[in-house]
Formats: sequence, structure tokens, C-alpha cells
Amino acid sequence: MGPLIPQGIIPMGWDFVIALLIGIAFGFVLEASGFSSSRNITGVFYGYNFVVLRVFFTAVVVAMIGLQYFDYFGWIDLNQIYVLPTFLSPMIVGAIIMGVGFVLGGFCPGTSYTAIAIGKIDAMVFTGGLFLGIFLFSEFFPFFEQFYYSGNMGSITIGEFFGISNNLVTLIFVVIAVIAFYVTWRIELRVRKNMTQYKF
Amino acid sequence: MNQEIDIQDRPKYINPYFGGVLLGLVLLITFYITGRGLGASGAVKSAVVTTVDKVAPDHAEQNTYMKAFITDDHSPMFNWLVFESFGIFIGGLLSGALFGRIKKLRIEKSPSITNKTRLFAAGIGGILFGIGSQFGRGCSSGAALSGTASSSFGGLLVMLLMFGTGYLVAYFFRKLWI
Repeated sequence: MGPLIPQGIIPMGWDFVIALLIGIAFGFVLEASGFSSSRNITGVFYGYNFVVLRVFFTAVVVAMIGLQYFDYFGWIDLNQIYVLPTFLSPMIVGAIIMGVGFVLGGFCPGTSYTAIAIGKIDAMVFTGGLFLGIFLFSEFFPFFEQFYYSGNMGSITIGEFFGISNNLVTLIFVVIAVIAFYVTWRIELRVRKNMTQYKF
Repeated sequence: MNQEIDIQDRPKYINPYFGGVLLGLVLLITFYITGRGLGASGAVKSAVVTTVDKVAPDHAEQNTYMKAFITDDHSPMFNWLVFESFGIFIGGLLSGALFGRIKKLRIEKSPSITNKTRLFAAGIGGILFGIGSQFGRGCSSGAALSGTASSSFGGLLVMLLMFGTGYLVAYFFRKLWI
């Protein structure tokens, strides 16, 4: 029963080998889906290319459904799955900062690594910026340490927050995803038709 | 004039829904094996801590944020996310090679801006992502994707606000892209 490494079914020694293999699969899918191109990625914000939404939402839904079924079949102990803890205010601030960084940079960290791999200079500068940003954060950490740890809600799940089961959350996600796929497909058709400057 | 060539040379990507299913399976397998999701910004954090620890060890030890990642028995680079992120790079290399997208060093940008503008925006974007990912407890991979997939409320929050903010500010930066 999974998860395999925390349960000791796969020894810890394999941890980094598996990390590398998982990373390779992750990077391959990102690049093959078109995430090594910043103009592909930012298309999601201007309506000319919703590839980010399609890949992202499909991945979330597949992994969510998979985890629920693995749990249902007794293949995985969901209690041993790491649920990212929620720190309300710092996460709100962080997400807003990242949103601006996304539109300016055209990448997020993972996608920038794959773009570097195929020779994009803008991705190298973006990753350099990441390094500098995390350095600045660390240097000035004492000034906002209190804020950084504020609003700690622990490892609260979406279902717990809204008082529903996570199975229902998954179902809602599937419905929203299908609607979003349809709506954005229609939007994309219209935007591309009216675009003269940048065609696909 | 460039447009026509641009269309013909446009690289072929895999179907996005197929890509999404593959990514979802990679994520699911990651949860099944390691009990945690994917990540990307954590590797750069390890690189920052390692660099500061090498250049100014006392300074790193005194920094309340960095000292948590420093241990005596191994380098901060000896970390799951560092190996995984190196894998992301190799995976990108493999896919790029397979689909013929590895070319000489180049800058991708809208035709209406200069290279300098693009690189400046990319640098600022990187800095913001670096700062934001620390407050957000992860970036698009660790918080938004893996967090949401494991039904974390914080993950969902980061995903919605990150993309929501993107849409709010996109208009002001449209010259960069279209």
C-alpha cells in the first residue's frame, strides 16, 4: 500500500534516483506540451492560447480522481499524503506577487527550466531572477517573519474548508474543468480570428 | 513578412489534453511513490542557501530563514527537489531533442518590444516569482498544481489568486506578448 517510500516499501536510498526519474518525466511533459515557450504560456491571459488551462486543469483532475480511487481501492493511505498547509495571508500575498511575475516573466519556475534546456535566453534571465528573488526574501526575512507565519490553518483540505467531502470537491472540479474547456475553446476561436499580428 | 515563416516553423506540440493526462499521471505516481507532489522553486532555494553558506557561512547561520535548511552532515543541494528539478531540465532536453526544438540561444518575445525589454521583464518576473513562491509555500508546481491535486485549501487559494491576478494585470503588460 502506498505511499511507497514513507511506508518503507521502497528504501530511502532510492529517493534521489526516483526524484531524477520523476523530474525527467515532468520536464518531458512540460516541454512536449509547449511550456518551454513563454508566448504559448501567456496566451492564457490574452485568450489566444489556453494550453496552460487545458494541461493544468486536466492534470489536476486526473491526479485528484486518481488519488480518490487509489484511496477507495485501498492502494494508498491518504493520511500519509502531504497536504500543503495553509497560511492564509502570506499565501494570498505570495500568489498575487506570483501572478504579476507570471505575466511579466512568461514562465513559472518549472517551465523556465525546460525553456533553458532548448536554448531560451529569456528563461535563463527568469531563473536568475528567481535566484535573486529568493535571496532577497531570505535577506529581508526578519522584517516580515511574523507575517510569514501568520494565518496558519494547518493542513486543511478544500473539503474541510467548505464542509463537504473531498470526493464531492473532485466532482465539482471535473464539472468546472469541462465547462472551462468548452468556454475557453470558444473564446480562443474568436480571439484568433481577430488577431492579425500573431497567428497560430 | 516574418509571419508566414513563423507559422510554418511553429513547433508541433502534443495535444494539451493528452499532455494534461500525462502530467496528471506523473503527479499521481509521484504521490503514490513519495507521498508528496512535484515542485520546482525549492531547488533554487537550495541553490541560494548553498551559495550564501559557501560565500558567508556565518551570515547564513544567522539568517533565521536560511539556517533551517543548513545541516552539518550534507549540503543543502542534497535534496529531493534539486534532483527532481535537474530531471525537469533533462526531460526538457529530451523532449526538445525529440521534437527538434533545441536550437541556438535565442530570445522569444513579441515583435513590438526590444530584446532588452523582454529580458528586463523576464528578470523582474523571476524576482517576483522567487519572492512570491516563498510567501506562497511553493510555486505553480508545488502549491498550485500539487497542492490543489492533494485537495489542499492553500493550494487552491494560490492557484486561483495567481491566475486571477494574472488576468487583472495582463492588460497593462499586453505589449510584452501581443
